[in-house]
Amino acid sequence: MKPPILEMRTITKEFPGVKALNNVSFKVAEGEIHCLVGENGAGKSTLMKVLSGVYPHGSYSGEILFAGTPQRFMGIADSERAGIAIIYQELALVPDLTVYENIFIGHEIRKGFLVDWNETIRRANEMLAKVKLNVNPAATVRDLGVGKQQLVEIAKALSKDVKLLILDEPTAALNEDDSENLLELLRDLRDHGVTCIMISHKLKEVMAIADTITVLRDGQTICTLDVKGDGVTEGMLIKHMVGREIDNVYPPREEHALGEPVLELRSWSAVTPGSGRHILRDINLTVRRGEIVGLAGLMGSGRTELALSVFGNPDGFRLTGELYVKGTRCDLHGPEAAIRSGIAYVTEDRKGDGLILIQDVKQNISLANLRALAEGGVVNANREIKVANDYRTSLNIKTPSVEQRVGNLSGGNQQKVSLGKWLFVNPSLLILDEPTRGIDVGAKYEIYTIMNRLVQQGMSILMISSELPEVLGMSDRVYVVASGRIAGEMPIAEATQEKIMHLATN
Amino acid sequence: MTSFTDNLGKVLRQNIRDYGMLIALFVIMATFAALTDGVFLSSRNISNLMNQTGYIAVLAVGMTLVIVIRHIDLSVGFLAGFIGAITAIALTAWSLPVYVAIPMVLVLGILGGLITGFLVAQMKIPAFVASLAGWLIYRGALLLSTEGTGTIIIPDETFNAIGNGYIPDLPGVPEGLGLHVLTLLIGAIAIVLYVVSEINNRRKKQSYNFEVLSNDVFMLKLVVVSAILGAVTWVLAGYNGLSWTLVIVLVVVGLYHFVSSETVLGRHIYAMGGNPEAAELSGISISRITYVVFGSMGMLSALSGILFTSRLQSATTTAGTLFELDAIAAAYVGGVSAAGGVGKVTGSLIGALVMGSLISGMNLMGVGIAYQYIVRGAVLVAAVIFDVATRNPGK
Repeated sequence: MKPPILEMRTITKEFPGVKALNNVSFKVAEGEIHCLVGENGAGKSTLMKVLSGVYPHGSYSGEILFAGTPQRFMGIADSERAGIAIIYQELALVPDLTVYENIFIGHEIRKGFLVDWNETIRRANEMLAKVKLNVNPAATVRDLGVGKQQLVEIAKALSKDVKLLILDEPTAALNEDDSENLLELLRDLRDHGVTCIMISHKLKEVMAIADTITVLRDGQTICTLDVKGDGVTEGMLIKHMVGREIDNVYPPREEHALGEPVLELRSWSAVTPGSGRHILRDINLTVRRGEIVGLAGLMGSGRTELALSVFGNPDGFRLTGELYVKGTRCDLHGPEAAIRSGIAYVTEDRKGDGLILIQDVKQNISLANLRALAEGGVVNANREIKVANDYRTSLNIKTPSVEQRVGNLSGGNQQKVSLGKWLFVNPSLLILDEPTRGIDVGAKYEIYTIMNRLVQQGMSILMISSELPEVLGMSDRVYVVASGRIAGEMPIAEATQEKIMHLATN
Repeated sequence: MTSFTDNLGKVLRQNIRDYGMLIALFVIMATFAALTDGVFLSSRNISNLMNQTGYIAVLAVGMTLVIVIRHIDLSVGFLAGFIGAITAIALTAWSLPVYVAIPMVLVLGILGGLITGFLVAQMKIPAFVASLAGWLIYRGALLLSTEGTGTIIIPDETFNAIGNGYIPDLPGVPEGLGLHVLTLLIGAIAIVLYVVSEINNRRKKQSYNFEVLSNDVFMLKLVVVSAILGAVTWVLAGYNGLSWTLVIVLVVVGLYHFVSSETVLGRHIYAMGGNPEAAELSGISISRITYVVFGSMGMLSALSGILFTSRLQSATTTAGTLFELDAIAAAYVGGVSAAGGVGKVTGSLIGALVMGSLISGMNLMGVGIAYQYIVRGAVLVAAVIFDVATRNPGK
């Protein structure tokens, strides 16, 4: 084996309440393509942020050796100077600038105080030739397709004399031709001495391109495999990615009969209003009374879009197909209509679009159903406090009072406030999008217990989750979503982590 | 049992944002009183101060809600000026009676606001740009409507009383008493109503077992607020009593305070300001709120135009110039946050009074206009720094 260009030793990175990386070691040999795989939340992106200095030295423990010397990156600028470039899934290009401006942004070629545009364009052409991109360097980046934009990003990295190129899910938004192109380019770069780390969920692609694969799971390194030497197979990777012990962290649920369908989708499709991209195709899905239905799939597979399209379609997708609520065909315009028909949606990003952080617990809980507390348009403030206190007790929200600002609560308690808010509208279908993301084990268990209690009382739950054990531990039935389609459906008895992962990654 | 000072300290610390500007207002007033040998606090001056602040205060009230929902409205000054001119024309050239002209121009103001609302909510034009266009258009409209006549003098006494007149006294009060008895009576009723409603509120809260102020702090609050109400009443009664302008401002502030803090609509406005995405996903129609807030802003612009025109007893070609910036400054001094979702209409009233006191006090002292602008600018910055510094820790 060639000498390692990069060695990360015993890296541990903690966020409040969560250990994102636990004693991770990671070694990359010079001139190889090294793939990093793992479920959502396994710690891949965090590890790369530690490496590139987004999390500065001192905010984690452990050490980084790059090109043989210990490194203490305090920011991206430091890691770039050392020769590390990272390309994120969301491209960091300025869409309204030209290709050549983007390539040299932040390290412009100067002539005195001025930018030397002639030299810039000449060098840009060189870089574009290296990435085999045949566009006019004066073209505006916005006018290029995603695949070409990705190549511009790589050209930008190459212009900085990069030694180690990191790509975070580079093909997630690309079609097959563009993906194939990109992989070809990576091989070419490798042959010219650039080392690559690639994060990807597409295991076929990983198998096709990787020299070495490291699997992360729950913030720990599970194994590093030499693709040729170890005879790696996709099945083997999936086993390593998901092969976690499912211990008894899920509260037992009493047997209960399932009722009539509460939500039914037939040939449900959605197209984005702007770009006309198909984000949901031909979805058929049923949720019955008293049932917890798991919606598994990778991030970006269309799970959240599915939930939103049902919840009054606030993003204005063009929808086709039929939606039935309790057997009646509905056309839900806006979240208000969805709420009135008995659907509630607890968002994935509770800080971004779920809660009003500057308002207090009671105001957040009452928000979606204020009219129930009002007479003649005037809110009964005392009843509001009482309702909030009721949920505070029944959901065990830990807060000094219901007049506490929600922004000051912990993640788990914020999530319970979100739940309280939506339970107060008394829905028949509760859609939970990543209900336990970023909250600690104790609060998770409490939320699971609440979910069980709700379905016992006859509510139905559609649970979107990236955590396979959670899907398996809580659901009655599982749908797997991949690329906007239902890739498979199975009763819980037949579901396994491997099976779900297999459907989700293909 | 905690001590009285502990309790008081705690209450003050928790509400420093709410009381801070009020305290600043007292400090400013006391300073000017000292510097002018008490002339500043004379009945006549305070009465004038209220009347001069009135047309900015009603704009600041509307502007508060506009800023709370993360927008801005620059068109309000010239909209007020334009509507003032229309009012003058209606009263003179068209010979409409006051009770027809006023509702008519208020509706016109609402329409003006709804147009801005349409541009913002439906066409998705940034409020700054949409209302800047309104600023230009209403300025042109104002010039157009006063072009032929120049300044339009309004002879209607009823209309002119809005900006210059005072509520009548009770019949049978002797001339030359030097006190306005009805004003005193209204003040006394206000104090009684305040005390009774506070006590009722407290009882109700206690019956739900909610946390209330400790007894001593509660008593202190009653005494202080009653004393302030009493003092203001006494000062005003010493001149001509309550002016119609002050009555209108108090009604507007009272109404907006009630709507913004007690009603579903008000809560939706603040929810939208706090997090528009979350508000929308909670079933709140963002565009409807935008229309309502801009429509109300338009109506208050019209009201401001009426107050100003009536005060001058005429419509001029430059009426309304820079009102929008005075109103925005008053709102920011009063604690509105540009980040959205934070700010009270009562705060903006205090903000308007702070700015108005500065002008009035410095005029009394004979401070040059150049220095006046500089001082007002410094106070605006200081108020916002105070506001940012006292914002609750933690995001």
